[in-house]
Amino acid sequence: MKILALETSGEAGSVALQYCGEVQSVPLESGPAQSASAIERIDSLLAAAGCRLEDLDGIAFSAGPGAFTGLRLGCGIAQGLAMGAGIGVMPIGTLDALAAQIQEGEVIAAMDARMGELYWAHFRCSKGIPFPLGEPECVSPSNWQPVLGSVCSGIGSAFKAHRGALNPGIFTGLVSIFDDRTPRANEIARLAADRRYAAAAIDPALAAPLYVRDKVARTTVERLAQGGKA
Amino acid sequence: MKVLGIESSCDETGVAVYDTDAGLLAHRVHSQIDLHAAYGGVVPELASRDHIRRLPLLVRETLSDAALRTTQLDAVAYTAGPGLAGALLVGASFAEALAFALGLPALPIHHLEGHLLSPLLSAEPPAFPFVALLVSGGHTQLMRVSGVGAYALLGETVDDAAGEAFDKTAKLLGLDYPGGPALAALADAGNAKRFGLPRPMLHSGDLNFSFSGLKTAVLTVTRSPGFASDAKADLAASFQAAVVDVLVTKSVAALKQTGLRQLVVAGGVGANRNLRRSLDAAVRRRGGRVFYPEPELCTDNGAMIAFAGAMRLSAGAQGQRSGRVEVRPRWPLGEVTPP
Repeated sequence: MKILALETSGEAGSVALQYCGEVQSVPLESGPAQSASAIERIDSLLAAAGCRLEDLDGIAFSAGPGAFTGLRLGCGIAQGLAMGAGIGVMPIGTLDALAAQIQEGEVIAAMDARMGELYWAHFRCSKGIPFPLGEPECVSPSNWQPVLGSVCSGIGSAFKAHRGALNPGIFTGLVSIFDDRTPRANEIARLAADRRYAAAAIDPALAAPLYVRDKVARTTVERLAQGGKA
Repeated sequence: MKVLGIESSCDETGVAVYDTDAGLLAHRVHSQIDLHAAYGGVVPELASRDHIRRLPLLVRETLSDAALRTTQLDAVAYTAGPGLAGALLVGASFAEALAFALGLPALPIHHLEGHLLSPLLSAEPPAFPFVALLVSGGHTQLMRVSGVGAYALLGETVDDAAGEAFDKTAKLLGLDYPGGPALAALADAGNAKRFGLPRPMLHSGDLNFSFSGLKTAVLTVTRSPGFASDAKADLAASFQAAVVDVLVTKSVAALKQTGLRQLVVAGGVGANRNLRRSLDAAVRRRGGRVFYPEPELCTDNGAMIAFAGAMRLSAGAQGQRSGRVEVRPRWPLGEVTPP
């Protein structure tokens, strides 16, 4: 499979190309410049591999959860490239890509969601392919009580960002914690290309970010009910 | 040349194809008014979420209306600012990526340039130079337009935009969002002479506007003892008359100051019938003429962006092929330059 992949869900973005059995990746500029550099970096990756967009089997992107604007950047670029090249897009869960950095066993992937919350999901990994054991959720760290298997690892920024607020049992229950890891385009590309993960290429017009945090504003009725102004 | 235009700066997703030989081939707009109504105003995050869901589908439908394939396009123009950062970024990322994939130049367009040039899309367009009154929920400006990218600011609002004043006043009167058009409809049944509201900055000697005091004056009236709710239509009519009075007086002064006879009106408030009637009469008295965009192009749309892109390409602009996705939520029109 030939896959181009974008990871723009957080501060450390990257793009990767799975081509001829190898994955090549490059980081994006950090911060707001991430959006400015993404297509340039994709251009260099494709040129170095002698690959055209039309040759690809699909364009994978980190679908979320993550920073809303970053998710839309990746989704929008994937949609635009795919529509122009006449190919499909492959939305890959951001927590799936994070969990895919662990080879074997149960994995709790958890990222800081800002606003005092975290995103998490539970997986069983086999040869670096994560199989979900539940849906991703956005929760308050103090209310988070994941059920941990006997051999379970933790990965992601939430373990560091919310260290003080998390139930101490989480830290004793995990066999290892990789709290400095962030999602990478490498795993997005690898998962999109792996038959065992069974990612499907879909019509770019049907692709959308997976925000998980869906309540982002209060309606007038809700504001009034809570003593606010119309 | 066939230019795809994409607009996503606020709460309308607009897509169009303009052909420099055949004119406007197709255009579609998806309005988010219903989405934001429950919130009493535009929620930027929800606007961005809706744009990304709608945009690719709208592009496909618009191309289908125009009986075109993506490979038949010559350029992709998109609104790069000013507007809501997240909303702009949706259009910019999709447009730059599409242009890159098709090997086409991308043209980042100033949203107000789109509005300014949109009357040129009508059956009887004005010719350069002209004075433009740009009047919407986000802007109230008078400009001297001498060509594509040659815009000199003559005056602008120092506080609220005229459309914003309409919406806020409508809210004071208890009208549903978006209140501007509802207020104008209510005003039709009212007596504009009942309440003597101020005409802010009418005699300021310059071409600037101010509308926030007018809104406060309305608030004072509604709070006065004895104000009955059946007087709302009269208050709406009195408010509208004050806004129209100021817009007409300043527009005529701008024509006088520049020595020009053509006035172009663009932006959502330009659809207000009372404003049109008064402007037409006042400008005709001076031997001039007022030009409006087609009614469906008064609000935000992709046609004006496709058209501005086509005008720029025709005037020698190369567009960009870097694929850089950069938006300018704050972008003074004065910084726009000719191609």
